[in-house]
Amino acid sequence: MKRRLLAGAVSAALVLTVAACGGTTKNDSSSAGGGAQSTAQANPNAATKEDVKMAFLPKQLNNPYSDIEVGGGKTALDELKGRYKLVGPNDASASSQVSYINTLIQQQQDVIGIAANDPNAVCPSLNQARGSGMKVVAFDSDAAKDCRDVFINQATTEGIGEQLAKMAGELAGGSGEIAILSATPNATNQNAWIEVFKQQLAKPEYANLKLVKVAYGNDDDQKSFQEAQGLLQSYPNLKAIVAPTTVGIAAAARYISSSAYKGKVAVTGLGTPNQMREYVKDGTVTKFALWNPADIGYLAAYAGVALASGQITGAEGQKFKAGKLGEYTIGKDGEIVLGPPTVFDASNIDQYNF
Amino acid sequence: MSDKGTRPAWLSRLASWDAAVIVITVLVLVIASGAVENFGSSRNFTFLLLDLLPIALIALPMTFVIVTGEIDLSVASTLGLTSAVMGDLWNRGLPIETIIPLCLVLGAVLGALNGFFVTVLKLPSLAVTIGTLALYRGLAFVVLGDSAVADFPRDYTSWVTGTIGGGAIPNVLIPLVVLALVFGLVLHATPIGRSVFAAGASEQAARFAGIRVAPLKFWLYVVSGLVAGLAGVLWTLRYSSARADNGLGMELAVVAAVLLGGVSIFGGKGTLPGVLAGVVLLATLQNALRLQDVSNEALNVVTGVLLIISVLLPNIVIRFRAALRRRATT
Repeated sequence: MKRRLLAGAVSAALVLTVAACGGTTKNDSSSAGGGAQSTAQANPNAATKEDVKMAFLPKQLNNPYSDIEVGGGKTALDELKGRYKLVGPNDASASSQVSYINTLIQQQQDVIGIAANDPNAVCPSLNQARGSGMKVVAFDSDAAKDCRDVFINQATTEGIGEQLAKMAGELAGGSGEIAILSATPNATNQNAWIEVFKQQLAKPEYANLKLVKVAYGNDDDQKSFQEAQGLLQSYPNLKAIVAPTTVGIAAAARYISSSAYKGKVAVTGLGTPNQMREYVKDGTVTKFALWNPADIGYLAAYAGVALASGQITGAEGQKFKAGKLGEYTIGKDGEIVLGPPTVFDASNIDQYNF
Repeated sequence: MSDKGTRPAWLSRLASWDAAVIVITVLVLVIASGAVENFGSSRNFTFLLLDLLPIALIALPMTFVIVTGEIDLSVASTLGLTSAVMGDLWNRGLPIETIIPLCLVLGAVLGALNGFFVTVLKLPSLAVTIGTLALYRGLAFVVLGDSAVADFPRDYTSWVTGTIGGGAIPNVLIPLVVLALVFGLVLHATPIGRSVFAAGASEQAARFAGIRVAPLKFWLYVVSGLVAGLAGVLWTLRYSSARADNGLGMELAVVAAVLLGGVSIFGGKGTLPGVLAGVVLLATLQNALRLQDVSNEALNVVTGVLLIISVLLPNIVIRFRAALRRRATT
């Protein structure tokens, strides 16, 4: 019996090997292509369709951040008299979204709004959907370019870097020493933002601002707290700490709020309203920024309905209106940038819950 | 073999449960086709079969393993590690025709490791395979991290997602049907199958009857790993995405389907047609309820209730009959 099973396994492997003809390797393989780009002409003056059925498929359900995103989508679809639906897996694994896409194809939805867990795993299904006349709007996390019509990008590197510089300048009163508290020394996003931030500081309006140090808290709460402490020991005249990471800004705010520097040293950067609320209330933090997740879903819904109405096809340069957010122009590769990040302060922080 | 008059009793009981699962499955399919919009479309049928394929594949050897009284919880992690290795080797420029057999061998080796721990070191299979569940999944992340490899050759990916002659039947159903026939025949019509049942009913009795239980179990684990490896290859090609987290948590779906299909977790009882019906039933319910916009949570509740019923019902029947018999004799 042992021998028989072994023979079976070996022969199965042999059959597979023999079935191979030539040998297909990474270099000579035409990678998985996508569906044909829509060749239909956009008609910017087409009437906006009502009753558009748009289903949102976030990375996973019951995640506070994506709940707010799709909430924005629902708001927009109510404005557009569309029909909103929310489906999604409980785990953010790559292939779990595929069967949901298949279900949506069966249900003959008009538009799918997806935050892809894996840009490629969802590709064949999305293209099947598009083949049956559906439109695909990626948001938050892009699918492969040839499997979706447009992508809603929450912010550009430039937009975030400029916003950080603007806040730092305002909070430091236009002059003095500032420091950055980043995540890790090799964090791609943070480094790109800091690069833009430095370019901004070279401008004449920021001439009197001096960036004395970029410290790294490794996105670890305790290390960020200690780094914030270290910054003030080394630079007692510091005017502002700019932390382009939600972990860093919270740790820095916690340190400043419990120290003698409260009210003297500003803390700003990128943070979520929920973690920063108490520091805004107690006066440690005046303002900070982040994109508004609700606006991402809102814009995705408007883009989806514009696609379904034939007002846009996803080609560069096309324009469409997105309700309260105003008019948008589609950029390269079907990318639509939400715009500058939202600035949170005492006047508006209580309107947000994420 | 050791079937001294007890056999007709348990056979009839089991047959009745298996028959029940098969009948329920057919009923659910018929009702869903009539009541659920778009369920009966050929495309949905294709999706349904593609979705249940990996679970059905892995359930075949799992049936053998559970009938012998053991369990293999590492199958989904084997699938994930196979997928990760497949992506890594592809990145290194090996031809896919070499990678696929290597991945199958890898699956078999991972299964052999389980078999070694269970049969040579005599460790309990539940503990061993929970250990290798974590170990193999961990290795998958070591191999590929959280990146994904996607550029597999079109010929292969389109075959795996394609259908026979463009109809409703997916190409990948062919290997599944062939394997199901082979496994079914081996389990129910060969000495190997009888040894499997005997080992599960009573290991000692089986040994006295001259069955070499340890080697038998060892090879069952090898086959289990091999099939999980095959499932990993097909999974990777279907989604064009080799990832370390592929198939995460699937081992429970497989065990659930096997138990729902009437296999006893204590070993010694079960039929392969019942198991396949269990797989189809769970997949059909999931597909149909999703089309009706039923939430995941409700889906889980339905699955859970079904499982409990499948374990309870045969027991209730047994007790009921025993009570009747007692009443008849007093």
